[in-house]
Amino acid sequence: MSHQKSFQYADLLSVLERVVDIMSAPDQYSYPSVFIYGHRATGKSHVVLSIMKDLELPHASVDCVECVSSGLLFHQVLSAFFGPDAAALLPRCPSLSDFVRLYKQMSSNSPATQTRYIILDRAERMRDMDFSLLPALLRLQELVNDNVTVILLSEIVWEKFRPNTGCFEPLLFHFPDYSKGKSLVQILSWDHHPSYTPELYASYINILLGVFFSVCRDLRELRHLAVLNFSKFCEPLEKGEAKESDIHKLWKNIEPHLQRAMQTVYLREVSSVQWEQQQMDEKEATTLRVLSAHAHIELPYYSKFLLIAAYLASFNPARTDRRFFLKSHGKIRKTNFLKKHEKTSNHLLGPKPFPLDRLMAIFYSVVDSRVAPTASVFSQISSLVTLQLLSQVGHDDQLDSPKYKCSVSLDFILAISRCVCVCVRLLDLLALSLVIQSQVVRQERSLFTAVSNLHLL
Amino acid sequence: VQDRCGCVLMMLCDGVCVQAQKLLRERLCHQKLPDQPVGLDSQYKHLLELLRRTAVHGESNSVLIVGPRGSGKTMLLGCVLRELMSLKEAQKNVLLVELNGLLQTDDKIALKEITRQLHLENVVGDKVFGSFAENLAFLLEALKKGDKSSSRPVLFVLDEFDLFAHHKNQTLLYNLLDVSQSAQTPVAVLGLTCRLDVLELLEKRVKSRFSHRQIHLFSSLSFAQYLDVVRAQLSLPPDFPDPKFSDEWNHSVTKLCEDKTVEEILRRNFNGSKDFRSLHSLLFLAVSRVSVSHSTLREADLIEAWRLISVDSKANVLHGLSILELCLIIAMKHLNDTYDGEPFNFQMVHNEFKKFIQRKSHSIHKFEKPVVMKAFEHLLQLELVRPVDSGVCKVQREYQLMRLMLEHGQVMEALQRYPQCPTDVKQWALSAFG
Repeated sequence: MSHQKSFQYADLLSVLERVVDIMSAPDQYSYPSVFIYGHRATGKSHVVLSIMKDLELPHASVDCVECVSSGLLFHQVLSAFFGPDAAALLPRCPSLSDFVRLYKQMSSNSPATQTRYIILDRAERMRDMDFSLLPALLRLQELVNDNVTVILLSEIVWEKFRPNTGCFEPLLFHFPDYSKGKSLVQILSWDHHPSYTPELYASYINILLGVFFSVCRDLRELRHLAVLNFSKFCEPLEKGEAKESDIHKLWKNIEPHLQRAMQTVYLREVSSVQWEQQQMDEKEATTLRVLSAHAHIELPYYSKFLLIAAYLASFNPARTDRRFFLKSHGKIRKTNFLKKHEKTSNHLLGPKPFPLDRLMAIFYSVVDSRVAPTASVFSQISSLVTLQLLSQVGHDDQLDSPKYKCSVSLDFILAISRCVCVCVRLLDLLALSLVIQSQVVRQERSLFTAVSNLHLL
Repeated sequence: VQDRCGCVLMMLCDGVCVQAQKLLRERLCHQKLPDQPVGLDSQYKHLLELLRRTAVHGESNSVLIVGPRGSGKTMLLGCVLRELMSLKEAQKNVLLVELNGLLQTDDKIALKEITRQLHLENVVGDKVFGSFAENLAFLLEALKKGDKSSSRPVLFVLDEFDLFAHHKNQTLLYNLLDVSQSAQTPVAVLGLTCRLDVLELLEKRVKSRFSHRQIHLFSSLSFAQYLDVVRAQLSLPPDFPDPKFSDEWNHSVTKLCEDKTVEEILRRNFNGSKDFRSLHSLLFLAVSRVSVSHSTLREADLIEAWRLISVDSKANVLHGLSILELCLIIAMKHLNDTYDGEPFNFQMVHNEFKKFIQRKSHSIHKFEKPVVMKAFEHLLQLELVRPVDSGVCKVQREYQLMRLMLEHGQVMEALQRYPQCPTDVKQWALSAFG
């Protein structure tokens, strides 16, 4: 850990110098509150706690995520500074007033010889606690009249914390993020496997960053991915197909694998165990059973048609139904297609609610055999609502004409319609609805002719 | 011998430096009370006179001290109380009760605190009172018993006065002001608040019992006086143990204040806010650099301190985003420009991004929609993008309406500073309409 520490100091030198300057005179007063912000995994908590340990300063480190109530925070602070007996003196549901009173009492018995530090990690949670907790802690030094400093660590900038009527402004420090070239590669290379050379690992890290750096810069994620995929990287070396210097060959081996990892493990669609399992299997290009893969949802036959009909009802405007779903509709009149901005196309705005009657009408025209309107068909609609593939709009009491909305995406619908082995016409209808929605008005004429041709087939 | 002298000098220097730091830190961090508040003479006199009348002559009073954050309300009160307590009659008699709106968030808690500060816990014991008024009356009556003829004057100091106005029925305020109006006990109610409209927060019955006496602390310093204040804050006092060091130090401080760049920095700070608190944070950052090895204040310290204070924190956050996240922000900026700031959803942003990928980009390859969604959610967590109505979740995630919390200028500036930004991304950002 110490070499990691020394590295970190080198990179964040200027910020650290300032922070250490502030803390460098422990027997004197320091600024009442300090706010440190920076991206995830930039080392904020680690560095601050290391400084505390190195300089041997009395500190209380509290993670605000754990503090469901402010009483837990008070308890932790008092027990860190004055021992568990002091914390036991707090009443059942301590208020801030009790905390300050007890603190004053304890500190008059044992005054601070060195500055006491209260470190609040993930301080953005404090905004959801008592409204007076944050402003009071920022000026704690003044309220308890003791040599104490509060350090807040967070990912979110200070402007989002400031209360309405203002508060005591802390000193702000930014912990910089890692640069690709030097720092990130260096840090990730510390995990290298002992049986391979560090240069090999460094080249592996460079390949990994080449794929993932433009997507994600979180050190923790990158480390996780590096650890998971290293064995696959070394496979050709172990099999004897390549030497350590054949970087190009190794790259060709690992790159498609990393691309697949981006779609599965990075998104947490599969667990790391499943991923490692899949690597050990010799079978090539097996598709992983991912969490949100809709390919393996099993729906009854008519439910699939109902869902497709629901999608068409949600995303096509009602006036186009005649054109699409009637077998013969006579002359096509040039209706006034309002000049729709691309932005207000339904595919961008979201699904619209539709009444049950419209759904059934589209369903009957879509389904390829004659279906009687029995209860089993209608009950499938309720099951689709329970599965959250459809959502009900409006109140439960409306038995007369319930309204629904389709909550699945186009990819899902296309996957379903493929498995239903429906005739080409259905796919055309879907494709057409896409085309209608995304094209601008000037192509209206050609669209009308295309649609009429389709229906005459 | 010379070496030994050198070492001894270093040690002396060390000790003296440390003492200087200690003094300055007490002044800048701990807000130690100055001997005389600067530029607040009339307010000082007014307040002192008022409190003297309560303490010595037994007159009841109420006053509000109003001023923006950092203008010196607590400091003024502290100085006045210090002088008041130096009077012999006041010292013997006056009781001080200090309440703070942040700590005493409820009237019950406030009453317990009053009891405690008047040292009447034993007297109250386990008594149960019907109402707040009874309780307060009992406490004030108990103060009388000690001194048979008249009661001791009590000064109630209510910090963050506006927060007391949010309590239920404003009972504490009503009762305290009621006591100050009736002739039972000499009571002075002092409120300190940063809200100028504090009187509108009070209920009618409370407002009518208040004496409507307000002391306003609006800083009326000119820039020249401000510079004097800076010099005074940084100078060591004449009773500093090492006069040679303090002379050198004060001399360097005077020279520093005359320097052009330093004056520029102080002027910008003055234009931003005239209050002393922001000045103290700037000076503290500069003073904390002073150490044994570098024992005078230099202009580089102040320039560095100013840079730290005036940086835009969102720009810092944007610096650490990945390319994909930056592209999403540029897409959102384009949507804002095209549709005049109307809220958008993820589908629209993704659409813009796809257009960029298809038409103009060479360096960014096509990412799958879930990967783009994860990047978008990271931006949500950083609160660079916020949903328009945070409660409702009936809408699917992709269609929930959002707003970008960054301005056009901030995005463009961040792009300039972004390390190794691909040129096609920059071109896209600079182009007018996507």
